[in-house]
Amino acid sequence: MTHSLQRAPGPYFGGYGGRFIPEALITALDQLSEAYAIVRQEPEFEAELDGLLRDYAGRPTPLTEAGRFGAHAGGATVYLKREDLAHTGSHKINNVLGQALLTKRVGKQRVIAETGAGQHGVATATAAALMDLECVVYMGEEDTERQALNVARMRLLGAEVVAVRSGTRTLKDAINAALRDWVTNAETTNYVFGTVAGPHPFPEMVRDFQRVIGVEARAQVLAKAGRLPDAVAACVGGGSNAIGIFDAFLDDAGTRLEGFEAGGEGVATGRHAATLSAGKVGVLHGARSYVLQDGDGQTVPSHSISAGLDYPGVGPEHAWLRDTGRARYSPITDAQAMEAFGLLSRTEGIIPAIESAHALAGALRLGRELGPDGLIVVSLSGRGDKDVTTASRWFGLLEPGGAGAIA
Amino acid sequence: MNQARTGGGAPLSASRPGRANRGSVGAAIDAAAAEGRAALIAYLPVGFPDVAESIGAVKALIDAGADIVELGLPYSDPVMDGPVIEGAVTAALAGGVRVADTMRAVEALAPTGVPLLVMSYYAPILATGVERFAADLASAGGAGLITPDLIPDEAGAWLAASETHGLDRVFLVAPSSSDSRLRLVAEACRGFVYVASTMGITGERTTLSAAAKDLTVRTRAAGASRACVGVGVSTPAHAAEVAQYADGVIVGSAFVRLLRDAETPAAARAALSDLAGRLRQSAVRGAGR
Repeated sequence: MTHSLQRAPGPYFGGYGGRFIPEALITALDQLSEAYAIVRQEPEFEAELDGLLRDYAGRPTPLTEAGRFGAHAGGATVYLKREDLAHTGSHKINNVLGQALLTKRVGKQRVIAETGAGQHGVATATAAALMDLECVVYMGEEDTERQALNVARMRLLGAEVVAVRSGTRTLKDAINAALRDWVTNAETTNYVFGTVAGPHPFPEMVRDFQRVIGVEARAQVLAKAGRLPDAVAACVGGGSNAIGIFDAFLDDAGTRLEGFEAGGEGVATGRHAATLSAGKVGVLHGARSYVLQDGDGQTVPSHSISAGLDYPGVGPEHAWLRDTGRARYSPITDAQAMEAFGLLSRTEGIIPAIESAHALAGALRLGRELGPDGLIVVSLSGRGDKDVTTASRWFGLLEPGGAGAIA
Repeated sequence: MNQARTGGGAPLSASRPGRANRGSVGAAIDAAAAEGRAALIAYLPVGFPDVAESIGAVKALIDAGADIVELGLPYSDPVMDGPVIEGAVTAALAGGVRVADTMRAVEALAPTGVPLLVMSYYAPILATGVERFAADLASAGGAGLITPDLIPDEAGAWLAASETHGLDRVFLVAPSSSDSRLRLVAEACRGFVYVASTMGITGERTTLSAAAKDLTVRTRAAGASRACVGVGVSTPAHAAEVAQYADGVIVGSAFVRLLRDAETPAAARAALSDLAGRLRQSAVRGAGR
């Protein structure tokens, strides 16, 4: 290995990334870049963040061997990296604690965030409550309906939730609304971005705050299995949990990095969110990357049963990893994800987020390919409490007079 | 692909404003200045309410005295635009408007002799291909591009294509822009520098931000030969105020709202013509203010 692929610096990842964003935000982005460049060198910042991750968020999260689930994955050994056990129920807390600390450092009192499934919104509202910051969360109206529980959680935590009614009324439009707020209020407000997309420095900074997932998982799997895994599997929407678990393994040439995108009703139907599998290079929300777009560069509405993956863009570092072949990305349909969702619930007593169920479905595929000697680490990025309504409907669990047997 | 590092001073063309263009934006601003007024720069999106009517509406603005026209190319994710313009471009896209319609609108309006700038987010330009987009715009008779989400640091391909095809390029500055950013943008622009009057998105506001004058002064000091003010500029009173310190007055949402709310195309054209006429009359220098 000539040089490490880990912690690749922005603003460009190969030909991807950059800052395709109105001039009005450049000063705010410059300030954020400068502040982040300073704090990342400071032992005190690192110590404060590590303390919060340990004592508040519950890190390190466990690495759990999923034996009964693994039996369905060709008998391969499957380990789950349990981000579902982190405070607020997903990996999103890792990033928001870092960005909220940074917000305090730059002296701003107000944070805004976008959210799809609500997990990043809940995490941001949580960090804002902890650190006494005013918090406004933008959420597509369609997502406020399918993730109503998380809307209530954010409001309980003292955040204002704005239902965005423009465009497709999902995550993409929530980001548009948050960017408009930021263009107007950049002087007082920090945008706590939830994923590794967006303009520089977000892809780099969010990746750095999430890489703890892979750093822990790598040490844990070495301790438990005595070797590096054959594959690491993660779901990819914007791509923050995936880059978070991939980064520490990037230099391990024997470990395949496998991203699983939302295939929706099937890539061939056009109703999906498989940006790296079926998109083209373009710009969206400030970065050059793969985008689901038509020939005119208009963003095409995405579809996924999972609100957190329902996004027509993807982080620029993933675009680069795809092109270089270091990571591979493939689609998982709604039906495949829900099958894995039901399977993990019944075999391991763990109800995963539907987002994470895409990685689990991918692990089933990988395990059958690798066989009983295979060793797979799956990023279980979040828990599925928020998805119980969707799952009940999918499996018919609450139909009158019916037990609604799962698959 | 542009590999210039963000924040660095990308090497830019040495060409300066004043070179002869088809329907030159700079010449139109200078002609207005010779008459003791700021140029009136009017924005409407192509395809709202449909392509033909949008072209008719622009003609009404030109007949009423618009010096330069800014044709909006509808885009699905217009992060710099407020609800009025977003609503119009969303409707235009729902009506099936394509990039090619903007080129056709430019072609249809070019014979008026009024310089036509296309205002486009970068995604449609990139999807078309920067060089091809520039070639098509030039051959349709367009004067150049306004790029609200493309900063000079990322614009290597467009800077090159605009040189090849002799097109003007208008980048934006904002009240938050540092002096070094203002110098970078002023150096990259040809035609004029678009001064965003306030931090925020497009839309009508009751009063003009006090930041507008200060930013215009700073932009000139940074080397801009022409600076025009937009975002939140909508009334004749605003136009009169802006004319005292800037080279042009850019009005968009107020026109789009009139077009949206009119009962008939004829009523729309009459309302647009009335406002454009009053804006032009008001945008005079030293008007007893």
